[in-house]
Amino acid sequence: MITRPANFCQIWRGNRELLDIRKPFTSLLQGKIPQSRQLLLNLIPSLFAIIGFFLLCGVIVYARGQNALEFYSIIFSSGFSSFDEFGYVLFNATPLIFTGLAVAIGYKSGLFNIGCEGQLYVAAFATAWIGIHLNLPSFLLVPLCIVAAMVAGALWGAVPGYFKARYGAHEVINTIMMNFIAFALMNYLVTSIYQEPGQMIPQTRQIYETARIPRLASFLPVLPDSNPLNVSFLIACACVVLCYIFLAHTRWGYELRLVGNARDVASYGGINPRAVTVWVMALSGAVAGLAGVAEVMGYRYRYLDSFSSGWGFTGIAVALLGRNNPFGILAAAVLFGLLNKVALDIDILLNIPRGLFFAGQGMLIIWLVCIEGISRKKNDT
Amino acid sequence: MILDLIPITLRMATPLGFAALGGIYSERAGVINLALEGMMLIGAFGYVVGTQASGSVWFGLLVGIGFGVGLALLHAVATVTFHAEQVVTGIGINILALGITEYLLPTSKQVGGLPHWQLPFIGSYSFIVYLLPVLMVASHILLFKTPWGLRLRAAGESTEALAALSLSRTKWQYIGILLSGLLTGIGGCFLASEVHYFTKGMTAGRGYLALAAVIFGNWRPLSGISACFLFGCATALELTNRWNIPGQLLNSLPYILTMVVLIGFVGTSRPPASLGKMKP
Repeated sequence: MITRPANFCQIWRGNRELLDIRKPFTSLLQGKIPQSRQLLLNLIPSLFAIIGFFLLCGVIVYARGQNALEFYSIIFSSGFSSFDEFGYVLFNATPLIFTGLAVAIGYKSGLFNIGCEGQLYVAAFATAWIGIHLNLPSFLLVPLCIVAAMVAGALWGAVPGYFKARYGAHEVINTIMMNFIAFALMNYLVTSIYQEPGQMIPQTRQIYETARIPRLASFLPVLPDSNPLNVSFLIACACVVLCYIFLAHTRWGYELRLVGNARDVASYGGINPRAVTVWVMALSGAVAGLAGVAEVMGYRYRYLDSFSSGWGFTGIAVALLGRNNPFGILAAAVLFGLLNKVALDIDILLNIPRGLFFAGQGMLIIWLVCIEGISRKKNDT
Repeated sequence: MILDLIPITLRMATPLGFAALGGIYSERAGVINLALEGMMLIGAFGYVVGTQASGSVWFGLLVGIGFGVGLALLHAVATVTFHAEQVVTGIGINILALGITEYLLPTSKQVGGLPHWQLPFIGSYSFIVYLLPVLMVASHILLFKTPWGLRLRAAGESTEALAALSLSRTKWQYIGILLSGLLTGIGGCFLASEVHYFTKGMTAGRGYLALAAVIFGNWRPLSGISACFLFGCATALELTNRWNIPGQLLNSLPYILTMVVLIGFVGTSRPPASLGKMKP
């Protein structure tokens, strides 16, 4: 039983001070730049990781007896040679922004959401179900589909959160178990009940036209019509900004970080860490679910079984590389979007298997957690 | 009728059992091991590559185990020496193993399988299948009846006790993780030797299933391996498609059961006290 301390008001007032939005600006005006300096220091391991990664890839390509310079020029041209190419990069980045944010939201509160993969499948299916069964005008159906995805993702995330809060069961194990349950359940639904009639492919029917969100090519003349970049990328960008404001400048964001950093302080200050655990996992699942929206409403217009190529797991790498900062995650997701695109191109042009980039991604994750571990150890002693 | 489920169950449960044993050693020493999946995959890869290169299955087995131990060493260096987050390191290793094996994918030539032993009443199985119960009992004795096991468990349960005996937690955690790589590598070799080839991602989540078995079996060799047989039986039922139960339900049954056990509805499952904690 946690009672509110006598000086609760004082703690509360203290909180408010921490939440002052003007603080970074006033310190800047006074000529102090500790925060931005800290931010730059935080970026260094990520920059090293990226540079090391590209160097290593170049060395491997050279060791294969191929031209490393050509490899780098392909990386550049495959991502940036035209708006079309860059559109594909951003398209690849879209689901990773969502999963990266989802992982970061959990991580800030000391929770590992390994279950993004399952959450986004469930969410994608919920979206597709609504989109197939309800024939409503667009202004109703689009928000409804998005909400359905978020609710489904949130439920799938909240279950491990609740088990953690209520029974102390480790959320890592439970999210992994929920992933596999989601794969099996979705596979069952899509192959046994909702499969498109007369098709061998395990996919549902197409969703109604009114449930689709438009491609950016329809507003931006620089993009060709074939470019799949769609409005979900803008939703992702909005999510980045919202996440930043939520985490850094709202009461709930403060509670979330406090539970992650100092659980005892949080409960002393009148915050219920268990409740926070549940809603953080739900929120994380809801954001991961938006990756399903990007897929179903923005690209494929139907649910295809096992459509995600490990986005939930790549999200962990994205969050790590972006140092759990929403804007960092945006940048990291774009980098991974580029890598996914380049992986295809070098497979075709240089005949280098895509596995090279997966292996590099694994090394990147291990390197970054090691750096984090070393710095934490240093801080402790 | 029910008897013809036994061969499939044994074949399904054996790689799981080895990985689960590996998981038990690592987690008993206090290190969360999500890297079982990657270790098993690289073990299978090593077996195929080694066998193709030398023509001898024994050399393949050795290479498979070596690769598994190598990956385990990476996990150990990252988590124990550099205090990296164990969960994320494990995921990173899985992605790494998936990437390396896809990059170096051997041409799909058939390789020989490990020798089968014909035993009366039981039938003919790979000798690895017979090795599992032996190792299961040996591990139980080793972990719970010897000072060696007590020390390994102390690394995961009570670091104070270990410190009081002036024993190094680092050393015991390394032992736990490397043993885990060795055993999981054998599991991977068995997997590849039964199907005679390697495909990318051929473990298909078996490492995670083994981890579920570890938790289901309350971090104990005897009950952990029993859980593997239970899970193997669910897979066998799915493959033989008896009684028309949807395969996906049987497929997800092990995971649902593990969650139920984990939250304490049926029995209790208690992890080692300082599992996943980095500081001594």
